[in-house]
Amino acid sequence: MTTETAASPRALAWQRRRHSAARFWKQYRTHRAGLFGLATLALFALLALTAPLTVGSDVQSVTRAPGQPLESPSGEFPLGTDRFGRSLLGLLIWGARVSLLVGLLAAVLSVAIGAFIGITAGHFRGRYATVIMRITDWFLVMPTLVLAIALATVMSRSLGTIVLAIGVTTWPTTARLVRAQTLAVESRPYIERAKALGGGHGHIMSRHVLPNVMPLVLAQTTLIISSAILAEATLAFLGLGDPTVVSWGGLLQDAREAGAVSAGDWWYLVPPGIAIAVVALAFTLCGRAVESVLNPRLGVAR
Amino acid sequence: MSSLQKAAAPPVLTEPAARRTSGPAYLRYGAGKVGGAAVSLLAVLVTGFFLFRLIPGDPVKTMTGGRPVSAEQLAAYRREFGLDLPVWQQFTDYCGKALTGDLGTSYQFRAPVLDKITEALPNTLLLTGTAFVLYTALGIFLGTRAAWRHGGLGDKLNTGLALTLYSVPSFWLGLLLIIVFSVGIGPIPGLFPTGGMESGGEEGFAYVLDVAHHLILPVITLVAVEYGQTLLVTRSALLDEMGGDYLTTARAKGLRDDLVRRRHAVPNALLPTVTLVFVNLGRTVAGVILVETVFSWPGLGGLFYQALSVPDLPLVQGLFFFFAAAVIVMNTVADLVYPLLDPRVGR
Repeated sequence: MTTETAASPRALAWQRRRHSAARFWKQYRTHRAGLFGLATLALFALLALTAPLTVGSDVQSVTRAPGQPLESPSGEFPLGTDRFGRSLLGLLIWGARVSLLVGLLAAVLSVAIGAFIGITAGHFRGRYATVIMRITDWFLVMPTLVLAIALATVMSRSLGTIVLAIGVTTWPTTARLVRAQTLAVESRPYIERAKALGGGHGHIMSRHVLPNVMPLVLAQTTLIISSAILAEATLAFLGLGDPTVVSWGGLLQDAREAGAVSAGDWWYLVPPGIAIAVVALAFTLCGRAVESVLNPRLGVAR
Repeated sequence: MSSLQKAAAPPVLTEPAARRTSGPAYLRYGAGKVGGAAVSLLAVLVTGFFLFRLIPGDPVKTMTGGRPVSAEQLAAYRREFGLDLPVWQQFTDYCGKALTGDLGTSYQFRAPVLDKITEALPNTLLLTGTAFVLYTALGIFLGTRAAWRHGGLGDKLNTGLALTLYSVPSFWLGLLLIIVFSVGIGPIPGLFPTGGMESGGEEGFAYVLDVAHHLILPVITLVAVEYGQTLLVTRSALLDEMGGDYLTTARAKGLRDDLVRRRHAVPNALLPTVTLVFVNLGRTVAGVILVETVFSWPGLGGLFYQALSVPDLPLVQGLFFFFAAAVIVMNTVADLVYPLLDPRVGR
């Protein structure tokens, strides 16, 4: 392939990609649940990104809290105040930043590990694959949360720890799916052609296998974000989160410690839980819609 | 081969399907599975050790929780828990003891970890067992209904509700149930106890009723967050079977719709469901830890939370080993039962 003609195949490739993206969107649009999920996510992302403008980082300050501790909802504080007198609505919006960020980063880490292991295990067969898949199976049956808790216990309390603890415990399902897809891709004739033309392992894995498993990886990421957000909330609730930042799980832990349960202060507990559930549900709905567009045989999201 | 992969793609039939699992082949398959489980357990043991020893941080410092402690006291603690020995010696001691059932001594309770576990185990089994039976039955029942009339209103409502409850944090649902049904809100009086397992002072049948009364809310919480998974798995497994020619045959010979579903479709769809129910036990463990924490249920999950808040490393480590071992053992049992249900597997 010479340099003059190189531009035209590239343009062709981009055209093809645009077409398939348009086709994907056309099919995705027919999934009403998926659209609902997408709209919800857009709303939450907007709230989280504009939080510095709407509520400001002052909302976290314990010493300069504007209200009395544990006020019930009123005109000034639509969702009441927490045990330090901070506005719960403000904290809820501010907490979205941490919950979404940790969920996203943990899911990306998890899927990256899973994709790497899945592709290499599918590409290099033999002893390497056997050992790697044994390890994957071992992680697969391990109680994920217990492992994540153990990791979070022995490491320092920080958001990085939470991301790491969730990321390194949730990759096995992705690894299995990606490996299966890699095996299917590698049995196609064009891989043999690439090998015959002298393509090395790295070239085949990154140029031929990776683009083909990418859609699957994306669908998997969306699904994993939802469980990562739940896992983050759980770890924060168990007191393993970063005590210096506000997250939805941390708010629930605060509420429980402040005795909101026995006092019947439902307005302290209800909003963070709904926020977690709605965002987790939205990611699940999107993931299922993407999955069913890519793999219509599943027919799950309809 | 993993149970998940097996569930996704049943092995290709190379021999007549009518042949039942033969004795020696099954034994070979079983031995392989048990051997694999033994290796997994060993891996858990080693992971447990290195996870809690070699990661930066001094367990004694963690134990004293940053309080000012004199050097002599630190040294005494190190001796008491064997932390002054070289790591390899700690490791061999730990493995030798673990094999004889000695999981160390809890910092917090000053009692053998194994004693604490056996004390709490029956309570956890009562809660988890009840919830497991209920959510599996409910999930399979609703999943079958949803798939059989898929696309209908019932299916959409069912799947939607299951997905929503699946996204709800279990601890939050538990807290809400406590507020509404134990503390009481508005016109609803406190119907159920806020936590624990018994009120004390009851005996005989009254005691059983009292425990059952305490059991209701935790079980509802666990069932609500867990049944969705079983429902979705059953639903997609049954949808996979729906196009099968054998169902058309069954209908063609004039069987009622109900019989086609119960006798022909569901038994086949249950096969992958059984495996996935066991693979997902790890998730149930997470649910149990949270629900027990929220409802102060005196089981393993509540114990785990107590151990975490100190943190009481030997107890955390012992429970980590126990939870992982329990899930591995249950999965092996599922692997061993599977060929008896599906003769195509394990020949």
